[in-house]
Amino acid sequence: MKEMKIQPIKNGTVIDHIEPGMALKVVRILGIPEPESHSTISIAMFVKSKKMKEKDLLKIEDRELKQKEVNKISLIAPNATIVIIKDYNVKKKMRVSLPEVINGIARCSNPNCITNKGEPLETEFSVENGKEIRLRCLYCERYVTDIVESIA
Amino acid sequence: MHVVSIRDFSKKDIERILNVAEKMLPIARGEKTSDLLKNRIMATLFFEPSTRTRLSFESAMLRLGGRALGFADPGGTSAKKGETLADTIRMAAAYSDVIVLRHPQEGAAKLAARFSDKPIINAGDGAGQHPTQTLLDLFTIRKETGKLNKRNVALVGDLKYGRTVHSLAYALAMFDAKLTFIAPPTLQMPEEMIATVKKMGAKPELANRVEDVIGTADVIYITRIQKERFPDPSEYKKVAEIYKITTDLLEDAKKGMKIMHPLPRVKEITQEVDSTKYAAYFKQAFYGVPTRMALLKLVTEGGN
Ligand SMILES: [Zn+2]
Repeated sequence: MKEMKIQPIKNGTVIDHIEPGMALKVVRILGIPEPESHSTISIAMFVKSKKMKEKDLLKIEDRELKQKEVNKISLIAPNATIVIIKDYNVKKKMRVSLPEVINGIARCSNPNCITNKGEPLETEFSVENGKEIRLRCLYCERYVTDIVESIA
Repeated sequence: MHVVSIRDFSKKDIERILNVAEKMLPIARGEKTSDLLKNRIMATLFFEPSTRTRLSFESAMLRLGGRALGFADPGGTSAKKGETLADTIRMAAAYSDVIVLRHPQEGAAKLAARFSDKPIINAGDGAGQHPTQTLLDLFTIRKETGKLNKRNVALVGDLKYGRTVHSLAYALAMFDAKLTFIAPPTLQMPEEMIATVKKMGAKPELANRVEDVIGTADVIYITRIQKERFPDPSEYKKVAEIYKITTDLLEDAKKGMKIMHPLPRVKEITQEVDSTKYAAYFKQAFYGVPTRMALLKLVTEGGN
C-alpha cells in the first residue's frame, strides 16, 4: 500500500513537533483558515516520530507566522519547531521557547478581573511550567481555566 | 512603595512594619500626639463602602497629624460616569500624597499602582487582596500571644471563598506556623492554597470540628460563613451550629489561647465569649489603627 504523504509547500510555514492531539488547537489559536483564503492547510495528527513517539504536524501555505503567534504556540506546544518556507526552501527555522511572562496575549478568565473592564492596560500573565503549563494573571492572581480559549 | 498584595512582602518587611506599628500604639490610643504626617494628605477612594476599614485609615492618618479626603462610595463620582479607574487614580495622585483604594474588582490595586506616582495602599479589591487586614491580623497574633513565629493557628469557617484567610495562611506559613484548616467539606481551603503553603514548608492539617484543636491551638481565627453559599437553608443552619465558638467549648481551651475574627460577626461567636480572656477580636479591630499608621508612615517616607 502506498503511504499517503503531505505535499511539500512552496511558500508558507511548517509547524512540526506539536504535542500529539494538539494540532487543531494550534489551528484555532492561529485563526486559520482566514476568511476568503483558499491556501492549502495540511494537518497531520499522531504521526509516528523518533523524537516524540507521536506528534502532530501542520503545514500552512502562504502564511508566515508573526512573533506574537509563535509565542502563543509555545503555550500549547512547547516543543514545536517552526520552519518558514520560501520557494520550496527553508528560509528560517525557529524553536519556540516558553516565556516567563506574557504581555497582551492572553485574556483573564476571571470576569471580575480589572483587566476585563476596559481599562487602558495590557494583560500580564506569569507562565508556570510544571506538569502542565499554567497561566497566572498578574492582576487578580488567578489561574486561567482554559489556555486555548484565553489566547484564541 | 505600594501596598498591593501580601505576597509582595518578605518576612523581614513584615517584621519591620509590625515593629513600627508597636511604636505607634500610644499615639493610636490617644495617649501621645504626633505631627509626623503634618500637611500630608491621604485620599480614600472607596468604590464600594466599607465603613470599618475607611474609619480605621482615617483615624490612623488624623492621629499622625495628617488630613484625609475622598469618597465613601462611588455614587456621584466620575467613575459612575464611565471614567476609567486609571484616570481616577491619576487625578487623585495629583491631589494627595498617598491613596487608599477599595474597589470591587480584583487586581484594581495593582492597576492603580501602575498609574499612580504616589503610593497606593490596597484596602481590599473585590475577592482579591486585602493586605492591611493580614498585617493587622499578624500584629494581633504577635501582640496577644507574645510572638509570631511557630504559632499553632486554626483557621475556621469559609476557607474557600474568603481571600482574607488565604492571605493570612500564606503569611503565617512564612512565620512557620502550624496550620489547621477547619471547614465544612464544600468550603475547605482550595487545593492551590494548600499546595502553596506546603511549598513554603508548612504541613497543614484539615479538620471538621473546632473540638479537634481546642486543646492545642494558640489562635483560633474564625470567619463568617455566608448563608448564600448553601442552596439548602437547613444545611446552612447545621453548619452554622457546628462552627460556633461558645463558652462551653472554651472550657477545654489552652491557656493563653486567643480567638480572632475579622468582624462583623454574626453568630460565629456567642456574646458570652466577649468577656472571656480568650476574646481578642475587638482588640484586633483596634490594632488596625497602629498597623495602618505604620504603613502610612513607611510609604510616605519613600524607599523600602
Ligand atoms: Zn485576572
